[in-house]
Amino acid sequence: MASSDMDGAFVEFDRVQKSYDGETLVVKDLNLAIGKGEFLTMLGPSGSGKTTCLMMLAGFETATHGEIRLGGREINNIPPHKRGIGMVFQNYALFPHMTVAENLSFPLEVRKMGKSERDAKVKRALDMVQMGAFGGRRPAQLSGGQQQRIALARALVFEAELVLMDEPLGALDKQLREHMQFEIKHIADNLGITVVYVTHDQTEALTMSDRVAVFEDGRIQQLDPPDVLYEEPKNSFVAQFIGENNTLMGKVTKMNGEVAEVTLDDGEVIDTIPVNVNAVGDRTLVSIRPERVEFNKERLHPDAHTIHAEVLEFIYMGDIYRTRLKVAGNDNFIVKTRNAPDQRRLQAGEKLEIGWRPQDCRALDA
Amino acid sequence: MSTVSGTGPGTADAPSPDDALHEAAALADRDTPPRHGAAPDGPVLAADGTPLKRSLARALRLQKTRALMLIAPLLIFVLISFIVPIAQMLWRSVENDIVSNTLPMTVPELAQWDASDGGLPPEPVFRAMYYDMFLAAEAKKHTRLGTRLNYEQTGISSLFRQSGRKLDDLGKDILKPLRALDGDWAQAAPWFELMSGADGAAKDTAALEAQRDRLRRVTESPLAGEIGFAPSSEISALLPLTAQAYTDFAIFTVLEDGKDLAKTKPWETVYPALIEDMQTADVAGYGGPRAGMLQALRAGIAEFPPPSYSAAFADIDADWAAPQVWQTIQTHARTVTPGYFLNAVDMQLTPDGAAAQPESKQILVKLFGRTLVMSLIIMGSCILLGYPIAYLLANLPMRTANVLLILVLLPFWTSLLVRTSAWKVMLQQQGVINDTLVWLGLVADESRLVMINNQFGTIVAMTHILLPFMILPMYSVMQTIPPSYVRAAKSLGATNWTTFWRVYFPQSVPGIGAGSILVFILAIGYYITPEIVGGTKGVFISNRIAYHISSSLNWGLAAALGTILLAVVLLLYWCYDKIVGIDNVKLG
Repeated sequence: MASSDMDGAFVEFDRVQKSYDGETLVVKDLNLAIGKGEFLTMLGPSGSGKTTCLMMLAGFETATHGEIRLGGREINNIPPHKRGIGMVFQNYALFPHMTVAENLSFPLEVRKMGKSERDAKVKRALDMVQMGAFGGRRPAQLSGGQQQRIALARALVFEAELVLMDEPLGALDKQLREHMQFEIKHIADNLGITVVYVTHDQTEALTMSDRVAVFEDGRIQQLDPPDVLYEEPKNSFVAQFIGENNTLMGKVTKMNGEVAEVTLDDGEVIDTIPVNVNAVGDRTLVSIRPERVEFNKERLHPDAHTIHAEVLEFIYMGDIYRTRLKVAGNDNFIVKTRNAPDQRRLQAGEKLEIGWRPQDCRALDA
Repeated sequence: MSTVSGTGPGTADAPSPDDALHEAAALADRDTPPRHGAAPDGPVLAADGTPLKRSLARALRLQKTRALMLIAPLLIFVLISFIVPIAQMLWRSVENDIVSNTLPMTVPELAQWDASDGGLPPEPVFRAMYYDMFLAAEAKKHTRLGTRLNYEQTGISSLFRQSGRKLDDLGKDILKPLRALDGDWAQAAPWFELMSGADGAAKDTAALEAQRDRLRRVTESPLAGEIGFAPSSEISALLPLTAQAYTDFAIFTVLEDGKDLAKTKPWETVYPALIEDMQTADVAGYGGPRAGMLQALRAGIAEFPPPSYSAAFADIDADWAAPQVWQTIQTHARTVTPGYFLNAVDMQLTPDGAAAQPESKQILVKLFGRTLVMSLIIMGSCILLGYPIAYLLANLPMRTANVLLILVLLPFWTSLLVRTSAWKVMLQQQGVINDTLVWLGLVADESRLVMINNQFGTIVAMTHILLPFMILPMYSVMQTIPPSYVRAAKSLGATNWTTFWRVYFPQSVPGIGAGSILVFILAIGYYITPEIVGGTKGVFISNRIAYHISSSLNWGLAAALGTILLAVVLLLYWCYDKIVGIDNVKLG
């Protein structure tokens, strides 16, 4: 696990800005330090600037302002082929006119490595991704998942310390994608390489990363380990972007140290943790995760505020029940409950009281 | 990494879109029939019990028929306007039935003549030639044959033309004493009566049809219709040659000229034929019309020696008395001849077989070679000039690329003649380039560069004209090369040059291949530009073909040249397929 200490950072973005047209900034004041051996994911919707950051790191785009440092050395003006950064592309970019082995051998050849040494490294890299038998094939003869492995092996074969991945699993179907997530993670851990991974898939980000940088509007909105990111989102964008999230609009009516009392727009009162509301009277967006909502009174804290809800729809999803409620005027309020033997299936039209622990309910910027 | 242990990489993958294909293939390989198949071991059956294969064929037939109907108009158009003319051209390069059609009697006679002893052919050859030639001259086809044989021996054309005019002399010479014997021999009606026989006499219609058929081949007109004449069987047996000559005259006069037989004097051929027949004919028993005329002639036949055809020909032109003309006719009497192809490769068909043309006439092989070499040079310079442009087009932003593309296409929208003429203006000795060089002092005024009417001019102008054909396929192939390949190569540590040479260039080769084939095949058959800027040194084989098509009218040679050109292109195409692989050619 990496430290976020700027001095020991392996990769560093220092006040980096990027503009393509001279009018708008795609990346606004990016400061980011990535430790050696860290698996960092840049997550964000499309157009949030995450891929631009990756391309600046790889050397395919130049930073308009600021410094990018790799291992303490400024690399702004070093051409991509001298940076020694491995990269896995979205569509793998395996050279179609070369065999798998030739693809892997290519980075070693341009480094003027001897034939026997090359062969040994290629073989080792292929074995690492369990593709040892496929060296003689052409990329077109491989399935998507196999191409993915080869692309990974090629980025690793010349022993780069930093590997960039630009949505490498985007073209795979769900099952294979989940499988490859683990595999990439394991290989990265085993080799101790630093990985900067770009994706717009939050599940991918959460399952693979040591830390996740959530991008929006050219800025990092939050940079934290996955569990912190999920459970303690710092603003409403992160709360809504990561995972499923119920939101209720209201106004802070009482600040009581660790707890803020929020009066919702329809008059109901709930307890929340103030995250980025400052004073009584602030508009706020209250966020509660669907799996933290409780309608079994026995499990609720006796002092907890409860509010009225009406069941609109019950959806059976196998491992969980997903119930859509109308709460405080919001008729898209989701509750997720585990499919356990003692779990009750709610009926549409049913009226009930729901509640939650105050610490699960975060008052964010509106 | 542990998750895939034991199962192997192939099976570790969950299904992906392209796995579906593999799966389908695997399914097809499987022995067990699908669930709907009935018999476990026999052929797979459809739901209604028919074999699945037949059921499938039936289902596909309708689709295929519909597809065929859709392409039918184009297919027919291509067949009529492309395949048929090419087939005809190929056929023309070996077709040679003009000799045997025009000289049907002479050819078999000549075939028996042994030319090796250097003597003249025997009298029957001259005799056959006289009647054949006379007919051909009447049908005005003898000059055509003369032209054909003139390709093989210069001078035959004029020989035939003259002879056609003078062939009458033999008949006229005989008619004079004949008229003195009996004036009726010079009249139309007596001849008609003599040949027709008495009313109701048996007619030799077989002879009529034979002659009609023969005339058809010479005149190439149908010659159908009622003639109102057929030689009587008696006359046909008594005077076979005369009857034949008169029948020819009758058919031709009635059907081609539309004249009345009874009022038209027969052709001069009937007189030598009559004299020849009468030498041996026994007319004593003849009782048909005009028996008196015949008997009087028989009585005085001593006055009329049998006609000497060879002497008649020798009178017309001394060339007929030399064996060369006869040898030429004999050599080229075959209906299918390799002669044109031999001519096309600077050889000729002689009585002794194939031989090289005289040195002074050897030009075509050199022209073929020059066409190939210059086409290759043009193709090469198109690659050199086109590649950077195509690269630029494929890598510039869309808007700029479109402007550039218009510049590339602009020549396409300008007339070929205008473009070629523009090069004439540019390249000539008093032209723009020379003027500029002289003005700059790089070239002295008296030693202006010769850049046109030679190979240089052709190469420059044709490279310019064919450049778009190289750029466009290259461009469309380069457009499909994702920029991520270049990025990947650079991220793997390759310099710009290595990236280009090892990664980008190999993927653009299909475009080069497509452009090269296109440019080369266009160049090898190019005609207008070499004609205008090529002078004598820069012309292509196609200019020679055009010359033979429109000036010398030697269509057979033109067809042979065209066929060889086609064969060369196909051969090169085949070589290309063997070496590079035609599936590597992409137009986009």
